[in-house]
Amino acid sequence: MFAYIIKRLLYAVPIALAVTLVAFLLVHIAPGDALNAIAPADAPAETIAALKAAYGLDRPLPVQYGLWLGRALQGDLGASIATGRSVTSEVMAAVGNTLSLAGVAAIIGVLAGCVLGGIAGYRHGGWVDRIATFISVIGVSVPHYWLGLVLTIVFSITLGWLPAMGAGPEGGWFLDGAHLPYIVLPALTMAVVPMGILTRTVRAVVVDILAQDFVQALRAKGLGNRRIFRHVAKNAAPTVLAVAGLQLGYLMGGSILIETVFAWPGTGFLLNTAIFQRDLPLLQGTLLVLCLFFVLLNLLVDIAQPFIDPRMRRT
Amino acid sequence: MSKPLLSVRDLNVRFHGERNASALNGVSFDLAEGEVLGLLGESGSGKSVTLRTLLKLHPPARTSMSGQIRVGDTDVMALQGRALEQYRGGMVSMVFQDPGLAFDPLYTVGEQIVETIRAHERIDADTARARALELMERVQIPQARRRLDAYPFEMSGGMRQRAMIALALACRPRLLLADEPTTALDATVQIQVLLLLRELQRELGMSVIFVTHDIGAAVEVSDRLAVMYGGRIVEEGSVADVVQRPAHPYTAGLLASTVVDVPRDQALPAIPGAPPDLAALPPGCAFAPRCAHASAQCREQVPALQAMAGDERHRAACWHALLQPAHA
Ligand SMILES: Nc1ncnc2c1ncn2[C@@H]1O[C@H](COP(=O)(O)OP(=O)(O)OP(=O)(O)O)[C@@H](O)[C@H]1O
Ligand SMILES: [Mg+2]
Repeated sequence: MFAYIIKRLLYAVPIALAVTLVAFLLVHIAPGDALNAIAPADAPAETIAALKAAYGLDRPLPVQYGLWLGRALQGDLGASIATGRSVTSEVMAAVGNTLSLAGVAAIIGVLAGCVLGGIAGYRHGGWVDRIATFISVIGVSVPHYWLGLVLTIVFSITLGWLPAMGAGPEGGWFLDGAHLPYIVLPALTMAVVPMGILTRTVRAVVVDILAQDFVQALRAKGLGNRRIFRHVAKNAAPTVLAVAGLQLGYLMGGSILIETVFAWPGTGFLLNTAIFQRDLPLLQGTLLVLCLFFVLLNLLVDIAQPFIDPRMRRT
Repeated sequence: MSKPLLSVRDLNVRFHGERNASALNGVSFDLAEGEVLGLLGESGSGKSVTLRTLLKLHPPARTSMSGQIRVGDTDVMALQGRALEQYRGGMVSMVFQDPGLAFDPLYTVGEQIVETIRAHERIDADTARARALELMERVQIPQARRRLDAYPFEMSGGMRQRAMIALALACRPRLLLADEPTTALDATVQIQVLLLLRELQRELGMSVIFVTHDIGAAVEVSDRLAVMYGGRIVEEGSVADVVQRPAHPYTAGLLASTVVDVPRDQALPAIPGAPPDLAALPPGCAFAPRCAHASAQCREQVPALQAMAGDERHRAACWHALLQPAHA
């Protein structure tokens, strides 16, 4: 078990390195020149060259990557070209907000998905199952920015119950009474996709488990439905955990549209800004942190698995 | 004979679904305290369904059942909820064919035995664990203490089946249902597990219903044999009666086939044709289409089980029994 965890940790290192490389290169491969953002289009060649030298853009790519990585490892992601502020602090503030939003959305989505999928799996083939499947298909296929707009129109514009924009006072989101209303609409909007996917997953897993011999054996030895349910839940847990972890990862990175619709000051919003302003260091830094989060989540999920399933402890 | 431990009367089980199937069609038999009944028959004849019906394990929504099952003074068909849970694994328990699939893979064998005990008795975890250890030793699992904390996947097939038996015995059932308990095991292990079962049965004085395709094994461990065909019992009697003087042509064919040891699921050389379609059973004897002795009467009327001359307990359901019926 210990060996497994060490091994899995070691695997994460090259993956993380590859992620840094991709985050770095992606921005360099993208069309357009980073300097367009700061230098006027008709700037003399000397100015351009001086600026390039100042940002280190005149060096060969591998050297740039090495320097960038070295500083990134020390927590320095450079300064935003547009605002001059430290990229690290900008990204971290945004990551905090996104993590709150994605976390709340994931909790809602995963809980709802587990309940719906669990009922559907137990009532597999019945009308409850059909309704749950219908809801999950809707959840996965409805465009969520559209859903966000509809929710905003209904609950904040028409009914006036909830705020439509931002994370609340002070710009950042915290768990308190003043901030709570702000997260409701974006979190609900964001929860819809993971809910749909979790419903589908849980339903399939539960149907599969209930068809296994051991469930009949549990019944044969006199266990009640509640105890049998515990066995079913534990057997479903590894798969559900893996899918839920992946979903949280997607929510962390895939929230650009929702954050833009709700003006949520998170990473998606930040990425959006960075792209439109051609803010190279900011873009790189945000991408890097998001990707590393994804790697970390997968790592956590992988490490959690053998705690549930003893068969995985041996490999 | 004194009052039997198990008494089954006119049991009918029908499954609904994409395919309807009349899996049991009027099954009746008795089992005395401490008696071992071997249940024989081709694949699909309803042996497993019979055992599962005794524990009411069928999906209620897709199954209709009728008839009577009594174990001791318990009316099994009327059992529900908590009483049914106490009955399952308490009074009657089951050993499954494949022990690799019958344990929950995520819990240790010890945890699963303890769980069973504590589902039936109000005792603390330590006492239950001590009892689980005792059971593991009783089924001759070496290093029982260590194996208690092993997961099913860490054990060999034979060891797992022993553990399954330990689990089934956990609450001292009066009736043990064993559905091909050795089929999934290696040949050498099969014999050991078989001997263990017989030994435990004698020690504990349990009644056992033992389903098998291996007539040799059935003869070895059983007191009586019952032969099923198309969801009916077509012959039953003492081992000696059934094996040496089969009264039903199907039994005779089945016995002839095992001499050459046909693998499971293959056509029996001594009986041409295929087992009946349970969705559309013929109006008469289900075996008639494959039977060399079949007459018009066989194709029209289902024969009832009747005693053979000279032995009230040797009964066969055949219009043209190979032996003289008692009241011909
Ligand atoms: N839950 C169920 N739903 C529908 N049909 C079923 C169900 N369980 C069993 N059957 C059908 O009932 C018939 C008898 O099955 P059963 O498992 O009792 O046979 P068996 O005698 O145990 O055969 P085998 O020797 O292969 O184990 C089969 O045709 C089977 O398809
Ligand atoms: Mg069977």
